[in-house]
Amino acid sequence: MKTKSDVLVIGAGITGCAVARELSGYNASVIVLEKENDLAEGATKANSGIVHAGYDAVPGSRKAVYNVRGASMYPDLCASLGLPYQQCGALVIALNEQDRQTVEMLRDRGEKNGVPGLRILEHNELLTLEPVMNPQVVCALYVPTSALISPYETAYAMADHAALNGVSFIFNQTVLSVQRNPDGLFSVRTPSGEYLSRVLVNCAGTSGALLHNQLSADKLEMVYRRGQYYLLDHEKKLPFTHTVFQCPSAMGKGVLVTPTVHGNLLLGPTAEDIDDPMDTATTAEGLQEVFRKAALTWPGISIRTNITNFSGVRAHLTTDDFIIGPCSDCPGFFEAIGIESPGLSSAPAIAKDLASMIADELGLQTKEKMIPYTVPALAFRDMSAEEKARAVARDPAYGNIVCRCETVTEAEIRAAIRRPVGARTIDGVKRRTRAGMGRCQGGFCLPRVADILSEETRIPLLEIKKGNGNSFILSGTVESFLKRGADCDDSEC
Amino acid sequence: MTIRNVDVLVIGAGPAGLAAAIAVREAGIQSLLVIDREKEPGGILRQCIHNGFGLHRFQEELTGPEYAQRDIDKAHELNIPIECSTMVLSVSAGRCVTCVSAAHGLQCIQAKAVILAMGCRERPRGALCTPGTRCAGIYSAGTAQRFVNLEGYMPGKRVVILGSGDIGLIMARRMTLQGAKVLACVEIMPFSSGLNRNIVQCLQDYGIPLLLSHTVTDIQGLNRLEGITVSEVDENRNPVPGTEKHFDCDTLLLSCGLIPENELSLGAGVILSSATSGAVVDETFETSVPGIFACGNVLHVHDLVDHVSEESYKAGLSAAAFVQDRQADCLYFSVRDGSGVRGTVPQKIHRNVNAPVTLMFRPAGVYRNSSVVVECGKTELCRKKAMIFTPGEMSLITLKPDMLTSLESDTLTVRIERN
Repeated sequence: MKTKSDVLVIGAGITGCAVARELSGYNASVIVLEKENDLAEGATKANSGIVHAGYDAVPGSRKAVYNVRGASMYPDLCASLGLPYQQCGALVIALNEQDRQTVEMLRDRGEKNGVPGLRILEHNELLTLEPVMNPQVVCALYVPTSALISPYETAYAMADHAALNGVSFIFNQTVLSVQRNPDGLFSVRTPSGEYLSRVLVNCAGTSGALLHNQLSADKLEMVYRRGQYYLLDHEKKLPFTHTVFQCPSAMGKGVLVTPTVHGNLLLGPTAEDIDDPMDTATTAEGLQEVFRKAALTWPGISIRTNITNFSGVRAHLTTDDFIIGPCSDCPGFFEAIGIESPGLSSAPAIAKDLASMIADELGLQTKEKMIPYTVPALAFRDMSAEEKARAVARDPAYGNIVCRCETVTEAEIRAAIRRPVGARTIDGVKRRTRAGMGRCQGGFCLPRVADILSEETRIPLLEIKKGNGNSFILSGTVESFLKRGADCDDSEC
Repeated sequence: MTIRNVDVLVIGAGPAGLAAAIAVREAGIQSLLVIDREKEPGGILRQCIHNGFGLHRFQEELTGPEYAQRDIDKAHELNIPIECSTMVLSVSAGRCVTCVSAAHGLQCIQAKAVILAMGCRERPRGALCTPGTRCAGIYSAGTAQRFVNLEGYMPGKRVVILGSGDIGLIMARRMTLQGAKVLACVEIMPFSSGLNRNIVQCLQDYGIPLLLSHTVTDIQGLNRLEGITVSEVDENRNPVPGTEKHFDCDTLLLSCGLIPENELSLGAGVILSSATSGAVVDETFETSVPGIFACGNVLHVHDLVDHVSEESYKAGLSAAAFVQDRQADCLYFSVRDGSGVRGTVPQKIHRNVNAPVTLMFRPAGVYRNSSVVVECGKTELCRKKAMIFTPGEMSLITLKPDMLTSLESDTLTVRIERN
């Protein structure tokens, strides 16, 4: 089967979704191919969720430019998509006088990059702001514009908006081969067929260099750098209200302690270079390292309320900067490669630039009118009593609480499945609604979520998956097991 | 929003809530309501289709649903209203309970007394910080039990069980009987946290090895579980390098402890005990918030439902007495955990108590040929011998009111000592 489009985007992470949304404002046919079975399955679902202010990147680098621009776009973007955005501010703490020099260097760098409001706070002021912080703290860079967002929810909303405006998202599309035909069209082969396009966009995350190297003689080298985290339960009063970074030092980058937009506390990440970009396992050593380093910020550290550990893999280029724009030796090939931190912060700005470059290349016209994004209803848990009462009166499915830990209703789960690019897996429902995201980790709601998914999508219950590949929740009916035995092909049976 | 008034509101229609409600009604309270989040009353017993329930209370071996049905029938006989599919969103210190259901929408129920009987939940993988991948095929034993017993589905074929809690042991047998292969039950402690009868009847009878002082140190499988690594642990529960064993399995069931579900209690300002993770209560099962009582597994995790019912019936009588304003004065003994003892309930006792009080606790380790002793200062109040105390089995000792007269101190200590 051959499918033709003007633009083919490879990868549906935060960058691919943002590019797709920008492109959906033009009169062009756009397809996004994703190798996994949902959006945001790579680094987008497993990072710190921070919109960095932009003090960290080397002045003049693409990381610096896109970070500061992207960060400035987020408040409006989140408001228009009904997404959480919390400007909680950040602190980069110095634990000795040597660190103070680093803090001052970061302030100067940030000012060069155009980050507003930076100042250095001293010991006493810091302990007033964050009373449980390490009392050895000397001073810290205060970054008032540092903010929190929900990375995967941002990608979902952008993809939904793109899909409303005509972009197709096609999942389970591993790129088997890619070439630029003599007629100038790109040909991308996947297990389900061939996709032809006039422009090809590389938003492939950790596969970015592989894709690039197939079409360009200018080879890139990518390092896969894993980061492991602890996610602690939300509490009425979290120990920290700011994102607290440690000074980068000879000992490494240090780990951060930060609230999340959902009121959890996040500790991490590590930075380990690994061979396999799909290896998002956590390790005993990695988790110990996070604990040890987080304790430097938070001496009274407690992981008693740990909900889960996870890890994500950064796409780090050995050249240490983003690559953004047209490929020098392959006309029509546009790229966003090496989008590691501050990639999330930069994504809206990267997308804006890439889309306008692509529009110029193809001579695209902007659409007269885009279909506006319908902001989803407020989460039930965030409604006032009156709003809750009205919601249940309007739709009794709001009266059925499916996830007890996060108070997620049946109505919200059905809505998540019915979104333009809706949930098709247990994890997809979890990230869109928070059902199963709480302290019991789906112990109670998993069977019910699986039932609702099966009902809505008509996927048989036995074929409902947790996430990708063969991540089936169930192995068979009780009757089938009794008839066959568990594994009749198994010699132990 | 509907606003209603009741004398006693019971949250939870499992064995604790049902027993408490029956007591409330039998004490003569007419205005009583039980609410439950599930579709039917019975709580976790609905999915416990094995037998062994009710030996103490009924001198019979009942299945979970049979045991629950006796209380459900009794509640119906007493015309106790039970509203199911109703989730409590909050409880205030003033005993206003906000709940929601599809049938009745959002309701605010103002009660003169509230009985917390929400039960407990299982400790999930996150609480264990087990490294590895986050694949499908890792379930709490209770979730697997629900899939198999209520929904009719098998979660997997080759199973390892982490933790030797009773639900894990029961599920080892259940999965085996249903045609799955259970490879091992792995316990980090040097002793099992389950009942001895379950170790014999659920593991030994089926030749399933119990690996004590072992834990899971790695989980493999990108999408569905493919295998796990099990290591021996030292006396500090740290894995010993070089002792790794690999198991090919597609399912890992977790039975690593139960946690009383007290989010609502905390919202009402109820003070919790760090030893039990349940409310601090006196011998009437009243919490630190006047008029709010707690019983069953939300108060402390029990081994036997018979004990849950007995305790909850008493809590129901107390709640009724509270409403009928037969409150005693408020001078208390406080009850402390001494050596070898953890999580004694109740944590305080009225000084003028006029009925026997049963102290319930968990031994902190395994003690052979020992006695449990209750003391007030240097005065020994009572003593009970046992062949063995283990953390897997809750211990009880009863104080008679006459033991509590003319004592010099207001602190009682419960401890275990060798004979």
